[in-house]
Amino acid sequence: MAQAIETSALTKRFGTVQAVTGVSFAVSAGEVVGFLGPNGAGKTTTMRMIAGYLDPSAGTARICGVDVAENPVAAKRHLGYLPEGAPLYGDMSVRDFLEFIAAARGVAKSVRRERIDAISARVRLEGVMDRRIDTLSKGFKRRVGIAQAVIHDPEVLVLDEPTDGLDPNQKHEMRSFITDLGRSGKAILISTHLLEEVETTCSRVVLIDAGMVKMDGTPADLRAVSPGGTLDDAFRTLTVPG
Amino acid sequence: MNGVLIVARREFLSYFATPLAAVFLVFFLGIAAALPFYIGNFFGRNIADLEPFFSFHPWLYMVFVPAIGMRLWAEERRQGTIELLMTLPLSITQAVLGKFIAAWGFLTVALALTFPLSVTVDYLGSPDNGVIVVSYFASWLLAGAMLAVSSAFSALTRNQVVAFVLSVVACFTLLMSGLEIVLAPFRGWAPRELIDLISHLSLLTHFSDMMRGVIDLPGLVFFLSLIGFGLFATVAIVDTRKAR
Repeated sequence: MAQAIETSALTKRFGTVQAVTGVSFAVSAGEVVGFLGPNGAGKTTTMRMIAGYLDPSAGTARICGVDVAENPVAAKRHLGYLPEGAPLYGDMSVRDFLEFIAAARGVAKSVRRERIDAISARVRLEGVMDRRIDTLSKGFKRRVGIAQAVIHDPEVLVLDEPTDGLDPNQKHEMRSFITDLGRSGKAILISTHLLEEVETTCSRVVLIDAGMVKMDGTPADLRAVSPGGTLDDAFRTLTVPG
Repeated sequence: MNGVLIVARREFLSYFATPLAAVFLVFFLGIAAALPFYIGNFFGRNIADLEPFFSFHPWLYMVFVPAIGMRLWAEERRQGTIELLMTLPLSITQAVLGKFIAAWGFLTVALALTFPLSVTVDYLGSPDNGVIVVSYFASWLLAGAMLAVSSAFSALTRNQVVAFVLSVVACFTLLMSGLEIVLAPFRGWAPRELIDLISHLSLLTHFSDMMRGVIDLPGLVFFLSLIGFGLFATVAIVDTRKAR
């Protein structure tokens, strides 16, 4: 059976800048994989190629066996994607926005209402459903972002820094939601800067630096890389040159 | 098709989420209705028709259509929502068409709201309503053609002002290309065929032809091909520039 997410030798050049070089990894159903790396390592670029927003210069990304570059619409049907910074249509109400995304992602009209109510209850958006998105706080906006990513119950989730800018309570909630999603059998790829997030949420880690995969293993494997045995040390060992 | 309508619906409603639609409609209707009376000598001509009204449309649209078209893609890019839109299971063509239909729909509403003028001439005299209907149709096509051009320029940049200025210049050029002022530099050296070709690219020429009350095939083909070309260019630009 095809892996939920599979990249092989994924490469992206912007002009003369080599952003991502030969990145290969896979995520299977039920896994929550933490995508780590310093700023500028190519995490967002890689995720954008998987989500079909950027076309790879070379290599392929597949979602549920479908090549994203070759058959983007079919591949995207399996995918829920939270872009970096969770961009949203600020002039819409939360409900209208989720209606739009659900319709665009092919949720049947008969169950759309039910799905929206269920998801908004799960991420606790009920109180703001009729507010304009641009009047919401950052925490709410991020929750709208995650709600739109899971509204169609996708098999694969790609979340670019889902907890960025949230307060500790909100981070905790977001992580427990992601953990639940993983347990329900989804394949999840999340990028993060927070190493403790990897400990609490992720079953595996892919670490990239300068556009190349430096490590692919469990959090324990990552910790074992450094003599001190902490994730912080391991991260530094792998990504600080010299 | 469904995807086109989903995008169109969202886009159309977004006009009314801000005061933009109201401001636009007030200005457009105010100016569109004032020009025939103050400059077009509507009463003095003593003819019951809407020629003084329609003959200003190309110049009105030159400013108002890019004002609507400029945000189509530049706004998505500025807000970053283009990443959301482009990762939905929709093709780029569906997104481009949906947005275009929404904006054209909005311009249709603006144009339709000028109906009191035709009621007025009907009350004052007995105009040739066939001519008025054809003129409305021609005006609607003209708006669509200019909008498709503006849509392509909007896709080029994240800056709405730049998109607006480029679109106005492009629309102006397309309007004027049948006039002597544009053709003069080509006379004397360019082959006659080229000069004919340039003058046939004029929105104004085709629009004026239709304003006489006849839907002529070359005009129809011209407007529709310009719409097709503008949208095709938009798709190509969005596709190559989506992530910059």
